[in-house]
Amino acid sequence: MRYVLRRREIVVDDWRDFGEPAPPGCPLIVPLVELRRDPVRWRQWPGALGVRIAPDDAPEDLTDELPGLDLVAVEFPNSGDGRGYSLGRLLRERLGFRGELRAVGAGVRQDQVFLMSRCGFDSMQVAPGEDLEAVRRALQRYDVAYQPGSTATGSVAAIRAQRFE
Amino acid sequence: MYQYDELDQAFVEQRVAEFRDQTRRHLAGELSEDEFRPLRLRNGLYLQRHAPMLRIAIPYGLLAARQLTRLAAITRRYDRGYGHFTTRQNLQLNWPRLAEVPEILAELASVQMHAIQTSGNCVRNVTADHLAGINPEEVDDPRPYCEIIRQWATLHPEFTYLPRKFKIAVTGSKEDRAASEVHDIGLHLQRDASGAIGFAVLVGGGLGRAPMIGHLIREFLPLAQLLAYLEAILRVYNRHGRRDNIHKARIKVLVKALGPARFREQVEAEWRAGHAHATRLLPEQIERVRAFFQPQPYESLTDVDVSVGREPAFLAWYRYNTRAHRVPGYRAVFVCLKAHGKVPGDMTARQMEAVAALAERVSFGLIRATHNQNLLLADVPQRDLHDVWLELRELGLAMPNIGTLTDIIACPGLDFCSLANAGTLGLAKQIQERFDDLDYLYDVGDIEIKMSGCMNGCGHHHVGHIGILGVEKRGEEWYQLTLGGSANGFTALGEVIGPSLPKDEVAGAIERIVEAYRALRADGERFIDTLRRLGLEPFRERVYAIRPAAA
Repeated sequence: MRYVLRRREIVVDDWRDFGEPAPPGCPLIVPLVELRRDPVRWRQWPGALGVRIAPDDAPEDLTDELPGLDLVAVEFPNSGDGRGYSLGRLLRERLGFRGELRAVGAGVRQDQVFLMSRCGFDSMQVAPGEDLEAVRRALQRYDVAYQPGSTATGSVAAIRAQRFE
Repeated sequence: MYQYDELDQAFVEQRVAEFRDQTRRHLAGELSEDEFRPLRLRNGLYLQRHAPMLRIAIPYGLLAARQLTRLAAITRRYDRGYGHFTTRQNLQLNWPRLAEVPEILAELASVQMHAIQTSGNCVRNVTADHLAGINPEEVDDPRPYCEIIRQWATLHPEFTYLPRKFKIAVTGSKEDRAASEVHDIGLHLQRDASGAIGFAVLVGGGLGRAPMIGHLIREFLPLAQLLAYLEAILRVYNRHGRRDNIHKARIKVLVKALGPARFREQVEAEWRAGHAHATRLLPEQIERVRAFFQPQPYESLTDVDVSVGREPAFLAWYRYNTRAHRVPGYRAVFVCLKAHGKVPGDMTARQMEAVAALAERVSFGLIRATHNQNLLLADVPQRDLHDVWLELRELGLAMPNIGTLTDIIACPGLDFCSLANAGTLGLAKQIQERFDDLDYLYDVGDIEIKMSGCMNGCGHHHVGHIGILGVEKRGEEWYQLTLGGSANGFTALGEVIGPSLPKDEVAGAIERIVEAYRALRADGERFIDTLRRLGLEPFRERVYAIRPAAA
């Protein structure tokens, strides 16, 4: 069983990744290449559908598919690769994605999740070995911020004061 | 100067708490060195040759006397009683203990200071002209905009894990005293035809390997768009800057790869597309910050002739170590950290405390750190100059060499830095000793020597009139000389003059270069102008004529 952090709660993950055993109708995350390879099949998937994008993918290319997606997973391959922060903001702000925005990969660690939450990520599938409870607490490290956050779905981190809009 | 409000104070305190926890986890073995490194770097902490090094931010160079006093106390309590001022308006401590760094940061937070983002792949300390606000020919004071950028960049959720470090400098006058054209972003305050304030935006300057001068990508950016435009530049860079090779990861490489025109198109497209969600800079926010940088409550004075009946040593100091002020009866005074035989930029705790007290008495309690690694008392009444000189002289801070050949910029080099290939401090001393005759120094005038211990170029050697780069050769320290660099209004990169030289030949080579200048100059011609007129060749000849077998 896999646990994720969703909106500040530790929950059992109801999603499966492409390639894992998944009963028909189960919520499934497929990589962008797979979605592109067989769009007809995935449009007909009976359950909830999510897509997984890499740091060098362009979320702008997903404009047409986004309304049919319930989840977008953005890869953070290591904690130094900051491209995913930009992708998160673009998905929330420019493309108006309101579904679950999930940070995934070895870069999803307790020292980064506050920033992710401010870029619009409301769920985190943390790196192997990372303590989920510590990650959950880390979302509350700051209660002030200078910048506006991308909180289309409400802020995951509780910010009481913010400088810029 | 800017005063923290409740948000600023809460932020720095929460940052200290976070770093305290990260340090604890590291010392307990929960965070490996690889995992801890990016976190400690973003709090200014390097692991150096002998010990950790902590780089403390002095945003746009401005310090209150009580802050300088606290810095002195910190160097006494946690370090060895001195600090090193850098070219980017930071103060470096060379001997702190890792376990005590959270305590140092807590002390800094108690006087509205920090070490946030003075290192790491993020937006660094924002720098400015040290004559900001007092310079007679300024378009506008750059410091309020620096403070706004500082706040905006602090723990920016999107731009804290960039491909590489990112440096921004802002200037408000024609003469560029902040080396803004060799920054990742240089912002030049301008007025448009209607008199409205805005910025010319240069992107992609930088030193280090493959030095580049910034490209002008926007001639006039309205003030209200400042943060939105910075976000557009940084987003293009964050998404498309290279991350596969640390030496190709600066924004200058992206600008060069795309070409400035295409880079500009991408930024402008991103700026337009991001308009609805970009961070806004409201007039009341600008006014709130500007209010902290209003002119001091100056006395109504008139300019006086300070030379009457004064000794020549004072007059030399006045000429070289003070600058014009926009307000009659006042003068800006350099606190010289380039005494011959001392490490450029170093200052002892005792000197810091004395200068802080002096600033309280004669300069509204404020001190500035300059790009040239000196300090400045910006608002000194002319009637006090003689007393100030006597006191600075007593402290060893009145060497009258500002803007001359021995006002050397140097990084800490091999003595401290784990990246360096060669020493800089000993060589600086050799050069200062070789040119210890003040009459000679004044005769040769405005010559800037800038020295780096390695390719990273922290000592800005590329833009020195005479640049000195330390290289390692068969396990020995050698030095490569460049000539013709400049970062002052007419930015140019120096050219390598020839094969590198062993350490004990460098001061002699510089003397031959200077002698060549004395022989070749036209009446009243500065070194850099003679060099531009004649090119490198006559200087090259002089340097290498004596050692044809140079390796």
